[in-house]
Amino acid sequence: MKILVGIKRVVDYNVRVRVLPDGSGVDTDGVKMSVNPFDEIALEEALRLREAGKAEEVIVVSAGGDECQQQLRTGLAMGADRAIQVKTDQQLQPLTVANAFLKLVEREGAELVILGKQAIDDDNSQTAPMLAALWGRPQATFASKVVLEDGKASVTREVDAGLETIEVDLPAVISVDLRLNEPRFVKLPDIMKAKRKPLDVVSLDELGVAAAGNLEVSHFEAPKPREKGIMVEDAAQLVAELKNRGLL
Amino acid sequence: MSKVLVIAEHDGNSLNLSTAKTVSCAAAIGGEVHVMVIGHEVDTVAAQAAALDGVSKVLATSGAHLENPMAANWADEVVALAGDYSHVLAPSTTFGRDLLPRVAALMGVNQVSDIMEVMGPSSFKRPVYAGNAIIDVAAPDGSKVVGTVRTASWKAAGGGGSAEIEGIDASGQGHDHTRFVGMEVEGGERPDLQSAARVVSGGRALASEEQFQLIYDFADRIGAGVGGTRAAVDAGYCPNDMQVGQTGKIIAPDLYMAFGISGAIQHLTGIKDAGTIVAVNKDPEAPIFEVADIGLVGDLFKAIPEMEKLLD
Ligand SMILES: Cc1cc2nc3c(=O)[nH]c(=O)nc-3n(C[C@H](O)[C@H](O)[C@H](O)COP(=O)(O)OP(=O)(O)OC[C@H]3O[C@@H](n4cnc5c(N)ncnc54)[C@H](O)[C@@H]3O)c2cc1C
Ligand SMILES: Nc1ncnc2c1ncn2[C@@H]1O[C@H](COP(=O)(O)O)[C@@H](O)[C@H]1O
Repeated sequence: MKILVGIKRVVDYNVRVRVLPDGSGVDTDGVKMSVNPFDEIALEEALRLREAGKAEEVIVVSAGGDECQQQLRTGLAMGADRAIQVKTDQQLQPLTVANAFLKLVEREGAELVILGKQAIDDDNSQTAPMLAALWGRPQATFASKVVLEDGKASVTREVDAGLETIEVDLPAVISVDLRLNEPRFVKLPDIMKAKRKPLDVVSLDELGVAAAGNLEVSHFEAPKPREKGIMVEDAAQLVAELKNRGLL
Repeated sequence: MSKVLVIAEHDGNSLNLSTAKTVSCAAAIGGEVHVMVIGHEVDTVAAQAAALDGVSKVLATSGAHLENPMAANWADEVVALAGDYSHVLAPSTTFGRDLLPRVAALMGVNQVSDIMEVMGPSSFKRPVYAGNAIIDVAAPDGSKVVGTVRTASWKAAGGGGSAEIEGIDASGQGHDHTRFVGMEVEGGERPDLQSAARVVSGGRALASEEQFQLIYDFADRIGAGVGGTRAAVDAGYCPNDMQVGQTGKIIAPDLYMAFGISGAIQHLTGIKDAGTIVAVNKDPEAPIFEVADIGLVGDLFKAIPEMEKLLD
């Protein structure tokens, strides 16, 4: 079985993102870029499935400009067998990304796609269910546990009310939550090895995918700051202040 | 004129508060607002939806295969009705985030996630980068709008309505490729985190599951819901459904009390809409103090028992 894993290049989660003064976007100049944290978890899960003998090949996929090859190399260093860049200079929205994944799924004959539950830049949280819909296959989103057996996956999902377990037949799309696993660290020799692993480039056009129905994003602004608060000296003052404001 | 279809979130017995909030967003878009209740034997929930202010019709789709909200089955039912509507909305809870992108893809449109403000029938404000930026986003002219609603940004619609309820036949039998196995619910008697007026939260500083009991006890003392940081959840001090933040729950209680929480951006994005934020942290430099309305630099293990005494 082949597993496709989505790898999105995003502003590192430690960066304090700032909106540009002209409202045209956020400042990414000289800002650290990383693999979307959920995608590291997705890849870790795929690698564990391969190591457990439940998959033969793990392919990392990123859609974007050539910069995203950096993140694909990180994925290869973590242990993916090969990488595919879906090359485009357009700003991608989830429906287009999902369409591109569908083409690759068909080309590769993949039976499982593991994505992050959300990309921490656009916070869209859409791509996995969209791919499942286009593919006409089951989805198991927000996974915190995955057990693969006999052509099906039993997935525990982190939902608002607690933990839900569902069973889906493969092929399927899984999106991962934070507690699924702890991604491995990349070691220096792995980085060297990753340089020799195959990284194929295919353009969005070549895949036959056209970006359609894009939402228009026109203006960025910083969130309204909260009003400055007060400091109290001790628990007694705190309780008094809360009572004063009618909150306790 | 707009015609908005709101997909109800419920557990089979009662309507989730997120639905009433989504109805408020629908009302801000204007036009007619209908609520679709999908499930198995949904009369009780449909009646609750019919009572929401501003709703003119409730569409109740029932079927044994629809008992649990399996996105693959529910999405087909939504799409079967969506043709008559200009907008399809659901709350941006795990329910809506599982279901609605599937609906959007089947309808061939991108989804507007986390609507926090309505600027016009097809233009909205929504947060990105963990709430560090707010963007204006518009659906293409003439395109249907499929969107999830950031519930913390909206007040719940009132309960004075009396909409007509129409039963709808399920469009299909559902897919057998997806099967519901079970649901493990934590929590119990405490107010629900997402709708509680008061929330008490603990962070890594609580240091163990045993000591996290301090947070539960204090919350119970003031009738509050309980939350936690990712660090607290990962370490097993509290269950995952209590995580507040970018990847947990986004909440807007009147009072939010953060004990031993540093105030990472991913956490803050979940509490920005709280009425009053209280922070107790022993580090005066902790970023949580930048957003706190009332801050106390001190040891939570001392502060909480002292507060409890003062409340006796
Ligand atoms: C992709 C991604 C998503 C994330 N999503 C979320 C999310 O949804 N929600 C979330 O919360 N986090 C999230 N995080 C994690 C986040 O970055 C922080 O690591 C986390 O919020 C820190 O939790 P904390 O404040 O409990 O712990 P810490 O940052 O370790 O802070 C503990 C605080 O307790 C104080 N303290 C220690 N002892 C005491 C004492 N006795 N009395 C008083 N104060 C004391 C310390 O001064 C410190 O400020 C995410 C991270 C990533 C990468
Ligand atoms: N450009 C991209 N390239 C590769 N994977 C992506 C891309 N965009 C989204 N994904 C995948 O889809 C997940 C969810 O993204 P989103 O729906 O944008 O929140 C991410 O965690 C990735 O796994």
